[in-house]
Amino acid sequence: MELDSVMLSRMLTSMTLAFHIIFATIGVGVPIMISIAEFIGIKRNDPYYLLLARRWARGFTITVAVGVVTGTAIGLQLSLLWPSFMEVAGQVIALPLFMETFAFFFEAIFLGIYLYTWDRFKNRMTHWLLTIPVMIGSSASALFITTVNSFMNTPQGFDLEGGKAVNIDPIAAMFNPATPSKVFHVLTTSYMTAAAVLAAIAAFAIIRGKRSEYERKALRLTMICTFIFSILTAVAGDVSAKFLAEVQPEKLAAAEWHFETEEGADLILFGTLDENNEIKYEIRLPKFLSFLAGNSFDTKVIGLNEFPEDERPPLWVHYMFDLMVSIGFFVLAVSGIYILLDKIKRFNQLNKPLLWMIVASGPLAMLAIEFGWIYAEVGRQPWILRGYMKVSEAATTGDGVGLTFILFALLYLVLGVICVFVLIRMFKNTPAEAELEQRFPNL
Amino acid sequence: MNLELLGITVLWTFLYGYLIVASIDFGAGFFAYYGKITKKDHLINDLISRYLSPVWEVTNVFFVFFFVGIVGFFPSTAYYFGTALLIPGSIAIILLAIRGSFYAFNNYGSRNSTVYLFLYGATGLLIPASLSTALTISEGGFLKVENDKVVFLAKELFASPYSWSVVALSIVSVLFISAAFLTYYADRANDRGARAILRKFALLWSPPTIIASLLVFVSLREHNPVHFNKAVSEYWWMFALSLICFMIASYLIYLKRNFGTAFIFVMLQFFFAFFGYGASHLPYILYPHVVLHESVTNETMAVALVIVFVLGLLLLVPSLYLLMKLFLFDADYVKGKKQ
Repeated sequence: MELDSVMLSRMLTSMTLAFHIIFATIGVGVPIMISIAEFIGIKRNDPYYLLLARRWARGFTITVAVGVVTGTAIGLQLSLLWPSFMEVAGQVIALPLFMETFAFFFEAIFLGIYLYTWDRFKNRMTHWLLTIPVMIGSSASALFITTVNSFMNTPQGFDLEGGKAVNIDPIAAMFNPATPSKVFHVLTTSYMTAAAVLAAIAAFAIIRGKRSEYERKALRLTMICTFIFSILTAVAGDVSAKFLAEVQPEKLAAAEWHFETEEGADLILFGTLDENNEIKYEIRLPKFLSFLAGNSFDTKVIGLNEFPEDERPPLWVHYMFDLMVSIGFFVLAVSGIYILLDKIKRFNQLNKPLLWMIVASGPLAMLAIEFGWIYAEVGRQPWILRGYMKVSEAATTGDGVGLTFILFALLYLVLGVICVFVLIRMFKNTPAEAELEQRFPNL
Repeated sequence: MNLELLGITVLWTFLYGYLIVASIDFGAGFFAYYGKITKKDHLINDLISRYLSPVWEVTNVFFVFFFVGIVGFFPSTAYYFGTALLIPGSIAIILLAIRGSFYAFNNYGSRNSTVYLFLYGATGLLIPASLSTALTISEGGFLKVENDKVVFLAKELFASPYSWSVVALSIVSVLFISAAFLTYYADRANDRGARAILRKFALLWSPPTIIASLLVFVSLREHNPVHFNKAVSEYWWMFALSLICFMIASYLIYLKRNFGTAFIFVMLQFFFAFFGYGASHLPYILYPHVVLHESVTNETMAVALVIVFVLGLLLLVPSLYLLMKLFLFDADYVKGKKQ
């Protein structure tokens, strides 16, 4: 591996995205949770849910700040690190990028209003209404940015003539074949991960001995949401796999170590690969890859051997794919078990092992987001614009990417550490019980 | 008006919007830090934070809007500026990141950390300095194209008097705009203590803005005579109007009256200067490599962007109005009676 400016640009972009996606995911998912909690709190006149919404919103301000600044960073880095790509892609896919700034603008305005008007309206529902533009804004941001990523995977809406894009159709570029499945998958996983992270916090508080009404209600609400969003995520994952099998088969084949085109293809879980591409130590589910690709055990699945060797993605993405899927099912199972135990009164849903598993599912869900994006990005290699432009042709020719990489690494380290530190301090300084008493003295 | 001119005018207007709201924000950070170390923070810092808290994120969006818009409308700017600005652009992003997050950390997290406030205040002056290099580079002479490769001439940039005069102008403008606005805000809040201090800042930074502007003119004549001649021959009246607005604004602040009107004149002062500069810069976006009508994106995309822009404005203008109504024009909130 040579550290030329292509490699360094890839490293810097990966690092920025890996850091930003944590805050972007929280930014898309948590507003939904805040909105649900405040709505229940007002409808049932239940101070616990109102306090929940308030405290989540307060923590959210910190993560939003980091999300905004790292989002600005990736927005600019696209032009700084991939100028040739942006020059061509800008002709075709600038529209959703532009729309995203509007969505972001819209969200920022209403989030600012929401955070500073808790006690300003006579009718509490007016304040809740403010969550709607925030949710629309954040989810629409995710939608628009995801269409750009989809475009990189399945570009359309233009013709290339002598290195120049002609016959441009911005709407077709935006609604390319990858858009529906990708947007669906990004949104459901963001909601699921945000719910799981909040559930993990509630479970951790309960393990630490805070077993009041507040924590129990928080856990129950977040677990139910996690469960619902996990099911939706599983559906979205299935839709995505079927899409890949049909339109971008090399990506699915790389994830599944599927070399020969065949009907009744086996699903390979984990395992190792030797230099002759022989798979060992794997768990093999007969014909399941065919089922995943087309809902029938005889579906023909295209293998990697159909593609020239220099146009195949690296095969280690198999592990990213498997880890992502395993975590998804783990979180689905944990939230399912919790709800089951909660319904059947004989069992204690607050037992230690289950609580620890809930604590684990928060960070694990976030890891799944990371693995999923690594798979999505590395699985597209060597292309930056599939079929049109390779990553190696798109990077900056400028010097100094290495230095920039170091500066950004330091920045993200400092921001990450201080963000966690500030969040912990923020909630330690005002414990939930004290705040409940102060805000709702009649309880 | 053709599409490319419409596009650049819209983008330039947003950049102007960013110039105003970001200057208020940047300067406020500096004044807050200054207030803290001179033990006047009890007088001005509450006022500053009451204004900034709900709007800082919105400020940031103006900037994002501008650079996404310019890449959309004029894709070749991405290529030239992207290559040239790798280092200065990255530094600006890092400063913006530090500033945004430390603002949130300080305000919502642990209160009263002097280190956080220092980072917040210092970045407020460094960001305009680093962002202004993009405008400096656009004057030409700091980029070289060799075998299809864009080379950034960092040494020339650092040695250029023009570049430093722009840096100086950006910093003093930030302080002047911010102080003029905050004086008005303090006046609305009926906060006489804060108003007295902020008014002094405004008067203190008012002459340097004009001196720095003159320096920019003088050094531009050396650096890019084409641009300079166009500015003084075709658009001299814009700069003259700017100067008149400046004098009215400063005089009103000096008289301690009509602080709101004074701030509007400050905005007009920068409006005329900024648009006079922009108009005389055309047809070049990046002298001499990127020309307006050659670099514009395809027509389909340009039309689509304009449509989205109009629809977006229909959404944003009422929302922005609501934000301002709640936090800027609501006398009780400004006075700190509402949380």
